[in-house]
Amino acid sequence: MTTSAADKAAPLVALTDARMQFGAVRALDGVSLEIRAGECLGLVGHNGAGKSTLVNVVNAGLTPTGGSVSFPASGAPSARGAGVRSVFQELSLCPNLTVAENLKIAHEGLKGLRWRGAARAEIRESLDRVFPGHGIDADAEVDTLSIAQRQMVEIAIGFAPRGQAAQLVILDEPTSSLDGGIAQQLLTHVRRFCEAGGAVIFISHMLGEIFEVASRVIVMKDGKVVADRPAGEFTRKGLVDAMGHVAPEGTGAAAAERRIGVEVVRTPEGLTAREGEIVGLSGLAGHGQAEALARLYLDTASAWRRPGAARMVFVAGDRGRDGVLPLWSILRNVSVSILPEIARRGLLDRTREAAVAKDWKRRIGIRTDDVANPILSLSGGNQQKVLFARALASAAPVVVMDDPMRGVDVGTKQDVYAMIRAEAAKGRTFLWYSTETEEVRQCDRVFVFRDGAISAELTGADITEERILEASFEMQDAG
Amino acid sequence: MNFLARHRIVLPIVSLAVLLAATFWMQPRAMSYFGVNLLFNLAVPIALATIAQMLIIMVNDIDLSTGAFVSLAACVTATLLNDAPLFGALVLAGLVLAYAVLGAVIHALALPAIVVTLGMSFVWGGLALVLLPSPGGASPGWIRTLMTVKPPLVPMAVVAAILIAAVTHLLVIRSGIGTMLRGVGGNARAVARSGGSVMRLKALAYGLAGLFNVLAGMALVGLTTSADANIALRYTLLSIAGVILGGGEFTGGKVSPTGAVIGALTLTLAASFLSFLRLSPDWQIGAQGAILILVLTARLLFTRRSGPA
Amino acid sequence: MSALIARPWIWSWLAAALAFALTVSLTGGRGAGELAYAALSFGAFAAIVGMGQMLVITLGPGNVDLSIPATMTLAGTLALKAMGSDPGTAAMGLAIALAVGLGVGLANFALIYLLRLPPIIATLAASLIYQSLAIWSNRGLRIKPPEGLADFSTGRTLAVPNVAWVGLAIAVVVWVVLERSTWGRWLMATGQNMRAARLAGVPVQRVRFATYLAVAVLAGLTGYLLASFSGGAALNMGQEYLLMSIAVVVIGGSSIAGGYSNVPGVWGAALFMFLVVSMLNSYGAPAGLRLVLTGTIIIGIVIAASTRRVRT
Repeated sequence: MTTSAADKAAPLVALTDARMQFGAVRALDGVSLEIRAGECLGLVGHNGAGKSTLVNVVNAGLTPTGGSVSFPASGAPSARGAGVRSVFQELSLCPNLTVAENLKIAHEGLKGLRWRGAARAEIRESLDRVFPGHGIDADAEVDTLSIAQRQMVEIAIGFAPRGQAAQLVILDEPTSSLDGGIAQQLLTHVRRFCEAGGAVIFISHMLGEIFEVASRVIVMKDGKVVADRPAGEFTRKGLVDAMGHVAPEGTGAAAAERRIGVEVVRTPEGLTAREGEIVGLSGLAGHGQAEALARLYLDTASAWRRPGAARMVFVAGDRGRDGVLPLWSILRNVSVSILPEIARRGLLDRTREAAVAKDWKRRIGIRTDDVANPILSLSGGNQQKVLFARALASAAPVVVMDDPMRGVDVGTKQDVYAMIRAEAAKGRTFLWYSTETEEVRQCDRVFVFRDGAISAELTGADITEERILEASFEMQDAG
Repeated sequence: MNFLARHRIVLPIVSLAVLLAATFWMQPRAMSYFGVNLLFNLAVPIALATIAQMLIIMVNDIDLSTGAFVSLAACVTATLLNDAPLFGALVLAGLVLAYAVLGAVIHALALPAIVVTLGMSFVWGGLALVLLPSPGGASPGWIRTLMTVKPPLVPMAVVAAILIAAVTHLLVIRSGIGTMLRGVGGNARAVARSGGSVMRLKALAYGLAGLFNVLAGMALVGLTTSADANIALRYTLLSIAGVILGGGEFTGGKVSPTGAVIGALTLTLAASFLSFLRLSPDWQIGAQGAILILVLTARLLFTRRSGPA
Repeated sequence: MSALIARPWIWSWLAAALAFALTVSLTGGRGAGELAYAALSFGAFAAIVGMGQMLVITLGPGNVDLSIPATMTLAGTLALKAMGSDPGTAAMGLAIALAVGLGVGLANFALIYLLRLPPIIATLAASLIYQSLAIWSNRGLRIKPPEGLADFSTGRTLAVPNVAWVGLAIAVVVWVVLERSTWGRWLMATGQNMRAARLAGVPVQRVRFATYLAVAVLAGLTGYLLASFSGGAALNMGQEYLLMSIAVVVIGGSSIAGGYSNVPGVWGAALFMFLVVSMLNSYGAPAGLRLVLTGTIIIGIVIAASTRRVRT
């Protein structure tokens, strides 16, 4: 609910019938939008709906092919001049520089002999304001920080004054690598920032967060804004319906009808999994779950031996780093895990390869007209589906998943849950690290990690948000 | 992250110290003003060329034309700069500018630096040959004087090395523009996104590299008093090895100017050390390779514990 | 037609054809046969080492073999020394040259894998040792190849030089391996993103190992052929192949960043590199100018290829 004062003021950003065309694809199809000071605009929509394009048009990363973008409140000709800041989903820090030096990169005005001290003070102040008690050293090189800390630095740089106060901060999935407590700090700061007259565009697939911070929500679908109302007028179900998907139904379906077999995985830290079981790894982000899975996989699949029949496959969550082979087609990206199985005397059976890829395109619903298209022509969520297809196409009995739903929309998630349950019913074992409770509820058994070790093992009805949180935090407050 | 991994400068210093100690042990007479001067005599041009290579590696490229370009700069110094100082200086400035343009073109067209510099090495080498078809020329007197000056207490080569390290440290590590340049190596997109012109920065990095290469050529002529078109061909490999010995990495903008200078000193010393060993000439080159491998192995053993690379 | 233009290898072939036409036009068509013959002979050596270098470069950023010249010299020297101009020793000489290649490949990869050295540094440092070995074993002697071998390496079959047939056969094998085999897919996956490839089940170290062996073996073979072709091994016989091997890979349209390679392009580029020098020679360019023009042309082709890539 915007205040009447804000209504009167000129908008910070005004889009008029903005259009963006990439080849035959209409990524943005006539969007008109105004954002005023004091507003926190929640932006939702599934993958490929046009959220990123919209954001890039607002921050002048892209010039729209039609319509206009203006900044009436400041009258500035450019997004930078109008105080528009973006914090992107993929990290955009220089890992070889220190935290303070990264601020310098973002703040050109920082000059003179004493720039270093000024940069240090500014980033410290911003970090303290957004994430009190962050414990990040301004002189630490970024590549020595954890992913969550890097994201915190990035957000702090976004909110830092940098010579001219931030007017509009765009946060694209800002909490994806943050754990609950830190994410809450951010949400609090966003609310405070907007109350003080700033504006925020908040993109998140966690609807709870949207409801918590947004004063207004817009829903995008197929490059258009399909709903634009004050947040109070939406319900969770209404929002999901507007995005064009069935609401995720309640809690995870239990493994009741599945037969769980013998133990097939056991790691030194005590992680175990049995045949046909879906095992979750949970806890706060960055507490050793991803490392445990990577170690498990790398120890099993040799970098030297030819995998006659792979025992284990891996689904990456960090697509760019761990998953996608960017020069290749969708087809080759899918088949890379099954090459030995479709080869005779080292030579590939290409008909069989094409058949497998086509089959998976249909089964997992990869949105493309031809699997020969480059993988990079797909949206992030669809690339993720390719990685699922790669893993499931192989006959490996154990599937290891490292937070594989990052950037995947609600509808796809439901499909993938169903597929995982079906595969588990056939006797496959899944090890699934997730930061989201909804996903963890899909599991038969959950290991909660804390400080790199397992702090609890939960099964069946015990898998609740409460129990997981209990095991994630040290419960020994003074008093 | 252990101590050595965090302070990557320690190992280059230790390598140099160990090699120096071994040299002094083999040849105690080297432990004097003149001895040290002789040992590090040729280090100055190599250090300058290594800094140039480091500037290119810093922005995630590699320069395979260093040797040919330093040779050309040496030829210009020994001919044009000696005969017609003003014109010679203009030509050298033109060469620096050419490097800057090269950097801009490589970035603008997204060309592979390794190939462009490879092609340029033909061009530089050809120009050097046109300028000086047979060895000859002469060093301008002032360069000769500068390179052979005898400061009190510490030999010229050592003073120059310290000076080069200090200046480049200030330029690359401490200054704002140096930070931007390293940022290009670390994450060029981040720099571009916050409004920096990556093309201009890359041109600057290449231009600076050209400048240091020109200085290397001039210093070399000051030491050898004459030039030829192939005088510095081995500098390509030496400069790359120097950067790596100095703790620099090929990608990600992780470089150390001080380390690069120390790496260059180590390489120069290795050559002297081998001649003291009275090794059969057949094995001189091979032993250099072996030393290089040895030093890098040591670095690996000491920094490995920080986990997989 | 547009599909043909889009092929990255077409440029090196067009450039080679142009250089050929320009040279021949100077003499009014006389000597065309001889020129083609010479280009195929000399081009074959560049093509064979170029294909080795291409495999390594395909492994991804930072992967390159700078020990090719030293390996060629060492293999040529040791093989010719062992054969000692005696007839009937050609097979033994070949075996020695290939064994040298295997040994070098093993040593290179040991440095890269066990000591985790960047390949540029590892192969560079190791090449100094190989060079020393060659100097030590050769001692400046020039031993002639056995007569039969010399005849083979300078001879022709069906009007095409024998060495070109060898180069062609290797090209076919490399092409099939890259485009149609599991191993080729593994190689290209590794080159695009080694970590992702590893996590997709590719035995990346095995792939790298095999690749470094392959490039060294191809260099050894080339050293053997070149030494036989030119009537004996010389200590500097590999020298020009350092830049050459990298140049033909890139001019041939392979990606210098790895993950994508192009076999026909390497052959076209190898022919071009020879033809452009003979073109400049026949136009009477002095040595310096010849170098300048060669460099300019290499860069020109790289720019031409890249601007096409950007547009498409």
